[in-house]
Amino acid sequence: MRTSSRTRGRGRRTAITAVAGFVTCAALVTGCGGDSGGGSGGDGKIELRIGTFGSFGYDNKTGAGLYAEYEKLNPKIKIVENNVSDGQKYWDTLKLRLSQGSGLSDIQAIEVGYIAEATNPNMAGKFVDLSSAEGASTAEFLDWKIKQSTTPDNKVVALGTDIGPMAICYRKDLFEEAGLPTDREEVGKLWEGDWAKFIEVGQDYKASAPAGTAFHDSASGLFNAVISSSPEQYSNSRGQLDWENSSGVEKGWDLAVEAAQDGLTAKLRQFDEKGTWNAAFKNSKFATVVCPSWMTNIIKDQAGPDNQGKWDIAAPPVGANWGGSFLSVPKAGKHTEEAAKLAAWLTAPEQQAKVFAKAGLMPSTTKAMESEEVTTAKMDYFGDTPVGQIYSEAAQKIEPAPIGRYDGQVKTFITDNGILDIEQRGTDPDQAWENVKKLIKDKIDQ
Amino acid sequence: MATSVRAAADGSPPPAPPAPGPPRHRKTPSAWRSRLYRLDVKATPYTFIAPFFLTFAAFGLFPLIYTGWLSLHRVELGGEAEWRGAENYTGLADSDFFWNALANTFTIGVISTVPQLLMALGLAHLLNYKLRGRGFYRVAILAPYATSIAAATLVFAQLFNTDYGMINGFLGLFGIDPVNWETEKWPAQIAISTIVTWRWTGYNALIYLAAMQAVPNDLYEAAALDGASRWRQFISITVPSIRPTILFTVVVSTIGATQLFGEPLIFGGSLGIGGGSANQYQTLSLLMYEKGWVTGALGQASAIAWVMLLLLLAVGGLQALVARRNRKKLGISS
Repeated sequence: MRTSSRTRGRGRRTAITAVAGFVTCAALVTGCGGDSGGGSGGDGKIELRIGTFGSFGYDNKTGAGLYAEYEKLNPKIKIVENNVSDGQKYWDTLKLRLSQGSGLSDIQAIEVGYIAEATNPNMAGKFVDLSSAEGASTAEFLDWKIKQSTTPDNKVVALGTDIGPMAICYRKDLFEEAGLPTDREEVGKLWEGDWAKFIEVGQDYKASAPAGTAFHDSASGLFNAVISSSPEQYSNSRGQLDWENSSGVEKGWDLAVEAAQDGLTAKLRQFDEKGTWNAAFKNSKFATVVCPSWMTNIIKDQAGPDNQGKWDIAAPPVGANWGGSFLSVPKAGKHTEEAAKLAAWLTAPEQQAKVFAKAGLMPSTTKAMESEEVTTAKMDYFGDTPVGQIYSEAAQKIEPAPIGRYDGQVKTFITDNGILDIEQRGTDPDQAWENVKKLIKDKIDQ
Repeated sequence: MATSVRAAADGSPPPAPPAPGPPRHRKTPSAWRSRLYRLDVKATPYTFIAPFFLTFAAFGLFPLIYTGWLSLHRVELGGEAEWRGAENYTGLADSDFFWNALANTFTIGVISTVPQLLMALGLAHLLNYKLRGRGFYRVAILAPYATSIAAATLVFAQLFNTDYGMINGFLGLFGIDPVNWETEKWPAQIAISTIVTWRWTGYNALIYLAAMQAVPNDLYEAAALDGASRWRQFISITVPSIRPTILFTVVVSTIGATQLFGEPLIFGGSLGIGGGSANQYQTLSLLMYEKGWVTGALGQASAIAWVMLLLLLAVGGLQALVARRNRKKLGISS
């Protein structure tokens, strides 16, 4: 009897030890390894994961339904999109995952502000070279677009999705109240050729502005627009950071400071997570916003049905590109071959035209850009405005500028810590400039 | 008992336990058995505490040492480490942003911890009285502690909104101009401290309450006989009696204040990581995060982490000294 009872005791103790050990191991395993994503479903289907930020217009619910279409064409494939709204946070996480080689989706979107970081030698090796991927034709893309995602040794780390040709969106009703013209041709003429004229129009607007409104949404937005239309941005032609000597930075800074100090802006931070900027669309706090093609959708969503028909789109002082993205295939993904095929299909001209029709994202391939679907497109929200025509014309005027891997970070410091500080806290511009210089020196470890 | 030890040691399934009263059992030499028995006595306790220490080694000790190693290198996310010696540390000493973050951490720490602990002490004292619905109040003051930082901060960010927040609306009733809670340095720090205070006051009050209930009642009776007022009793009996508990809460709050991260991050919205457009409320943790994950300088971020650890150790050492002096004083007076 004694023996047997002791044996039972032993058995229980063994079990407890085993369980404790197992729990520890499980904790270790889940802590260290990440979910590397995808895998094959039980029904023999290949699950492809696609990581995006903001809106790409692919999804089945509000987008062009491209996933459903591809799944129909390829019954073996199942597509799952993983979307993050904040682009900066998306990129920070993606960088971390790339460095660890885990937790990655099969396809990862990359914004143009970070594409130079992705093509630098430290990171380029982590992506599949898409130059010869099945179905991908790199010659279709706009020349400058494909160059941005090509490494010096001619590897294509990502395929272009959309570009961001710029225009100015303005409120017809507020312009009328302020005694300015409302016809889009006439409005475009007001500031044609020079951003300084845009500021002058702002001063005219302010002189008889409707109560509680400002001419422009944000001085940082203006800075972005001016620098986007400059041949010199943050980096020199060799891709090295040289922002202090850039004529574009200087011009953008001076004009943004002028607009901020003259009270032409609503002092908002664009894309603020707290939604103050979004709310200002609805509450009609400003009359103009710099408007790359993808911005039209934001206006539609944020200004809402109450303001339908009040917005129109005019040509910008100087043509430029702001934004746009790419699709990449990380080597650490599970189904790189299938993923490359899907990325090539999603960025092909036919699909780009469909995305434009649904979500207003301007194609990055010449063929799609010139297609009738795009050039004749209109958006209900903007009434009879020939949206497609305006943006395809704007796209022709884009002059590509050299980009570098630190552009995105430098831009954030200049706008969030320099211009916004002047705008919101009345900091002296010289002091703000010194502060930006110190920040960039301290934070960007070249 | 070889079973349990071996199961943990090599992970192989334990050999089948001897069947009850099997013939094999009798064959086992008694020397073997006593060795197993000794092993059991000695090794089993270690096996049982192993999970904690293994977990601690993996998630506590290893990161600590690895961070220390990183802090002596220049490391970029995904890149190779490059030896830099103490350069990351000397770089911090020259960096305005580090000193700014350190000062912010200190001021937000003081603005949040001091009122928090004083209020907690007062609340605990009140709850120590015989009140109707005492249980309800005790649960209620703990409710903020159970709220997530993100939820609480989002609500407070709305309350403190400069344009349409409730707090500026309320101040407006008294003719006070709207305060820029989000952009001005001190208002922003006060707003962030308010969130911290709101969340932690109840928690500390309950700890004080528990300590107060352990104070012998006859002390109060004796004091009452001597004609001491309630206030006098609080100052001369309650506070000295719970001094070790007060010290404990000071230590815990100091650690919390040094690591302050979530509140300023979410309060600042898109500017949270930088702590506002002029870094006016960037704490050390936020600076560390910015260095590590936004600009990708892992070596510098690790150096900040180690400086924070050293600071906490220094503060802890100081508090231990105070505690020792306190004990001596109590030893003499009693």
